[in-house]
Amino acid sequence: MRRAAFGAALFLALFLVLAFLTLPIVAIFVHTSPGDLISSLGEEDARDALWLSLQTSLAALTVIVIVGTPAAYLLATREFRARSVVVTLIELPLVLPPAVAGIALLASFGPKGLFGGALDDAGIELVLQTAGVIVALTFVAAPFYLRQAQEAFAAVDRNLLDAARTLGASEARAFIRVAVPCAGQGITSGLALAWGRALGEFGATLMFAGSFSGITQTVPLAIFARFSSDFTSALALSGVLVLVSAALLLSVKILGRSMVLGGGAA
Amino acid sequence: MASLAVIATCLEGLVGCGGGGESSDQVVVSAAASLDTAFRDYVDAAGIDAKISFAGSDELAAQIRQGVRPDVYAAANTTLPDQLHKEGLVGNPTVIATNALVLAVPNDSQIDSLDDLTEPGTTIAMGDPAVPVGSYTRDVLGKLAAEQRGAIFSNVRSEEPDVSGIAGKLTQGAVDAGFVYVTDVTASGGELKAIQLPADLQPDVSYGAAVVSGAKNPEGARAFIDGLLRGDGARALRNSGFKPPPG
Repeated sequence: MRRAAFGAALFLALFLVLAFLTLPIVAIFVHTSPGDLISSLGEEDARDALWLSLQTSLAALTVIVIVGTPAAYLLATREFRARSVVVTLIELPLVLPPAVAGIALLASFGPKGLFGGALDDAGIELVLQTAGVIVALTFVAAPFYLRQAQEAFAAVDRNLLDAARTLGASEARAFIRVAVPCAGQGITSGLALAWGRALGEFGATLMFAGSFSGITQTVPLAIFARFSSDFTSALALSGVLVLVSAALLLSVKILGRSMVLGGGAA
Repeated sequence: MASLAVIATCLEGLVGCGGGGESSDQVVVSAAASLDTAFRDYVDAAGIDAKISFAGSDELAAQIRQGVRPDVYAAANTTLPDQLHKEGLVGNPTVIATNALVLAVPNDSQIDSLDDLTEPGTTIAMGDPAVPVGSYTRDVLGKLAAEQRGAIFSNVRSEEPDVSGIAGKLTQGAVDAGFVYVTDVTASGGELKAIQLPADLQPDVSYGAAVVSGAKNPEGARAFIDGLLRGDGARALRNSGFKPPPG
């Protein structure tokens, strides 16, 4: 009897989770006909925003993967004294409100920020530029990837890496041919989380990069700009973002699975 | 299951608080971002228990259209309160103050007229067309010669959702100039300076406030708006640089 009650409680909990997390998304599509979705893409501003979101989030993701993967590998495989401090610092942006991230970016890379003068001397302009959007996205999304990649590398069987080295593989080769494929699923799920976070970024982008169609107005900013003047079009664009994000999430998951299979065969 | 009951009770408490169920004197106000300083001073001086959310007037109007019910709606124009009144969402709007649109620049800037904005390389922030400050700005620029207007628009780098975004971009040096209200320059505490617009370009910037239909505290809302016309609220508005309503 008690067992049945516990089972029922579990199901109830899952039902509540599912209902609460999916209802708002269902509501978007209840209010938006497929026609609205398509016609929202007819607006040039909306297409610009979508294109800009894809470009900037991909650019941010590229930087995150290229620099973040080896960094996560180091954190996962070496013990050093300040390791836990480093991990905490890296994860800090995860818990920062976007507005804080925006202010922090302005205070560091803005014209009056810590490095503003140095950037200006180097002829690099970030604030109110597309490059600034990429900086904002990288800042908020990187910790999601780093965290997942680090866990994935930590879970890789050390014996496999040792075996690779014994068989004459260099450190770098063991990293690329053994560690990365073995950690593939964790890495790709980190990739999906980081991508999702980058696509959804709003506050830091608005504060650091501003909002200008075609230059800095990503989809979330375009949705916000429409919120007051044209709620239907804001909903439709939201629907498009949901679909794009879902498609990305799904394809990254599929990629992750095939990487694992491929890695197992190698 | 007992713990679920505890959680449910907690949630009820939270929801109750959010709805203002406990203190019936509290006035919930949705106000234009440019009223920030003035309204905070008013509430402090008069000892009013108020919960104020500041944002772009258009955004607050959209929330009211989506079913959000504050007690008072105060906008940076009269168009939005009039529209909401026609839709039956707010009572008859009252003009509470007037303001002036200015060109704002950092206090050490060389820019001193609209002409300087046409220089290539000058960067400008203005309000999004949907927010009152952005629509006033477009009214002003619409009166300029096409060539000058085009040159100014090509220097715009950001269309911000409210005045605080424009002021922030200016004080951070992200842009060289921006169109805000004279009251925002006052509120910047000397970081920004205002360049008056030529009198024939100055738009009529009137602030309208109204009691929201279905307000939980209509008496408090009425008293809040009356206080803006005379007494502590009027004083706070003057101190922030707002002018009294005409007549």
